[in-house]
Amino acid sequence: MDKFTTLTGIAAPMPLVNIDTDMIIPKQYLKTIKRSGLGSALFDEMRFDQQGNEIPDFVLNQPAYRDAQILVAGDNFGCGSSREHAPWALLDFGIRCVISTSFADIFYGNCFKNGILPVVLPQDAVDHLMEDAAKGANARITVDLEAQTVSASDGTVFKFEIDPFKKHCLLNGLDDIALTLEKVTAIDSFESDMQTRLPWV
Amino acid sequence: MTAPKTLYDKIWDAHLVESQPDGTCLIYIDRHLVHEVTSPQAFEGLRMTGRKVRAPGRTIAVPDHNVPTTEGRDTHIDNEESRIQVEALDKNARDFGIQYYPVNDIRQGIVHIIGPEQGWTLPGMTVVCGDSHTSTHGAFGALAHGIGTSEVEHVLATQTLIQKKSKNMKVEITGKLRPGVTAKDITLAVIGKTGTAGGTGHVIEYCGEAIRDLSIEGRMTVCNMAIEGGARAGLIAPDEKTFEYVKGRPHAPKGAAWEAALAWWKTLYTDEGAHWDKVITIRAEDIQPVVTWGTSPEDVLPITGTVPAPENFSGGKVGAVKRSLEYMGLKPGTRLTDIAIDAVFIGSCTNGRIEDLRAAAAVLKGRKLAPGVRGMVVPGSGLVRLQAEEEGLAQVFIDAGFEWRLAGCSMCLAMNPDQLAPGERCAATSNRNFEGRQGRGGRTHLMSPAMAAAAGITGRLTDVRELMGESV
Repeated sequence: MDKFTTLTGIAAPMPLVNIDTDMIIPKQYLKTIKRSGLGSALFDEMRFDQQGNEIPDFVLNQPAYRDAQILVAGDNFGCGSSREHAPWALLDFGIRCVISTSFADIFYGNCFKNGILPVVLPQDAVDHLMEDAAKGANARITVDLEAQTVSASDGTVFKFEIDPFKKHCLLNGLDDIALTLEKVTAIDSFESDMQTRLPWV
Repeated sequence: MTAPKTLYDKIWDAHLVESQPDGTCLIYIDRHLVHEVTSPQAFEGLRMTGRKVRAPGRTIAVPDHNVPTTEGRDTHIDNEESRIQVEALDKNARDFGIQYYPVNDIRQGIVHIIGPEQGWTLPGMTVVCGDSHTSTHGAFGALAHGIGTSEVEHVLATQTLIQKKSKNMKVEITGKLRPGVTAKDITLAVIGKTGTAGGTGHVIEYCGEAIRDLSIEGRMTVCNMAIEGGARAGLIAPDEKTFEYVKGRPHAPKGAAWEAALAWWKTLYTDEGAHWDKVITIRAEDIQPVVTWGTSPEDVLPITGTVPAPENFSGGKVGAVKRSLEYMGLKPGTRLTDIAIDAVFIGSCTNGRIEDLRAAAAVLKGRKLAPGVRGMVVPGSGLVRLQAEEEGLAQVFIDAGFEWRLAGCSMCLAMNPDQLAPGERCAATSNRNFEGRQGRGGRTHLMSPAMAAAAGITGRLTDVRELMGESV
């Protein structure tokens, strides 16, 4: 997993609430057995018509936002399924950070496993950044994970909260399986204790 | 004396391997269910790092999401990508030595239906699966939730998950349900009240008389949609009905082990005075048969209602409703019962069990699908299908003009060939009405099996109570 430290980039505004995982990556793309290559299918049914032509109004099809690395989105982003294909598609497209007032739990967790930073900010901050993002390619937003700040192009700085362990893993690009396997002795002893406590499990 | 605990607290504590001062915990996982769509990359990860499956005996695999539901699928799947995923699961199950129910096994079915059916799901367990509807298993008083593929790999390799504890939320349904109102109406009504983010960061415990009165299958329907309310998991304390359901299942404990298990299961309830971070109370008698009108499961109204207008909402929901109505092809003020449908889908992990099929068949018996309406019944497992055939339900569906399919997820997420065409409108017993969910441009109205059957008969969304008479 790639580290996430700081990012300065174009932010695409997506003011819609409840952007669900089926919008982010429709099911026909879940048939892959790989993690890579899903960027071309990101937001497929919003981005392309049934003939596969780009829908010009869709934000990521607009020239200013084709290279966006940040999304600023409405409430409850990523609701719906557990498909990790959603963050895989975002990452493959080039999105490394999503800013919203709230995220669905599973999607939120999945982002951290893939080097994507989901930032939760209050409504007024998201509104400010949404307006900033709407200015197009000349308005760059900076996200600093170490400092836990998002800076709008007008210099306004918003501080965000994040779980310290998740932050540590993302800053250092750590693989949690390797971290957990260091605790194998604790897992072994839990299992043997469980054999006594709950032997039928 | 220890502080009073919720059911969630008790299960959490019983599975805590380790906790850090910042609240990051390592939780032991008792059952890991695996399907073909969200697992290939996880197994690939194990191969690349030379890791093994730590507890193959706790890991159960079944293909369900993209398998066709038509005959002949055991020898050939036309769609190459789907076939490759099913073959990959087959190989991964074999290579890593995990329990496996292949597509030609009568016990194959939707992962959340076969887990309980086979007795893999037991009270007090932790159950995970790379699928958000894992919350279904909470009906047994098991802490069950969906995980992403990276976490699937983490559980395969370590049999644990790194977690922070969620908050406790109580959803109480007091009193008794009125006739024609079902578990599906309860769970939709709750989401209609709390919104799709109302449960975010919480584990919900459903309680109250109306929940106690539900069968275990009805409880599964309720917990199944906890995720649509944003909750990490849904739970219902186990009781005699739970123990009765579990007893004698192939993987349930037997003999002395059963007695020991039962003794512990009987301690699995929320203590008097336990702390709730959030409480929602709904009177069962206020719940009507409901349907969804929009593209979010929170877009719920009683069937007697009318399509709302964007102006009825505030904030970001105004734009979302405008978009929804356009997508759904609906005008504000239209009576829900005036909405004509093209298809009926009965099945899914929400409503693909035998009682669901019985409820739909009770409405359909002696009646037929309205002209031009396509109906599809997809039993949740091969065993449900067999039982429905033995009980004569299959014949009721066939006589009414429904297609009688093989088990799988089918048109709930339309990964297999079972899909809506653009603009087609479906009365569905599944769990999500998202844009494109049942096929690009497809329009989904969520409802109970009895309501879906009623819609099939009249060809429009229908209050099932109008059809309830001698036949129901």
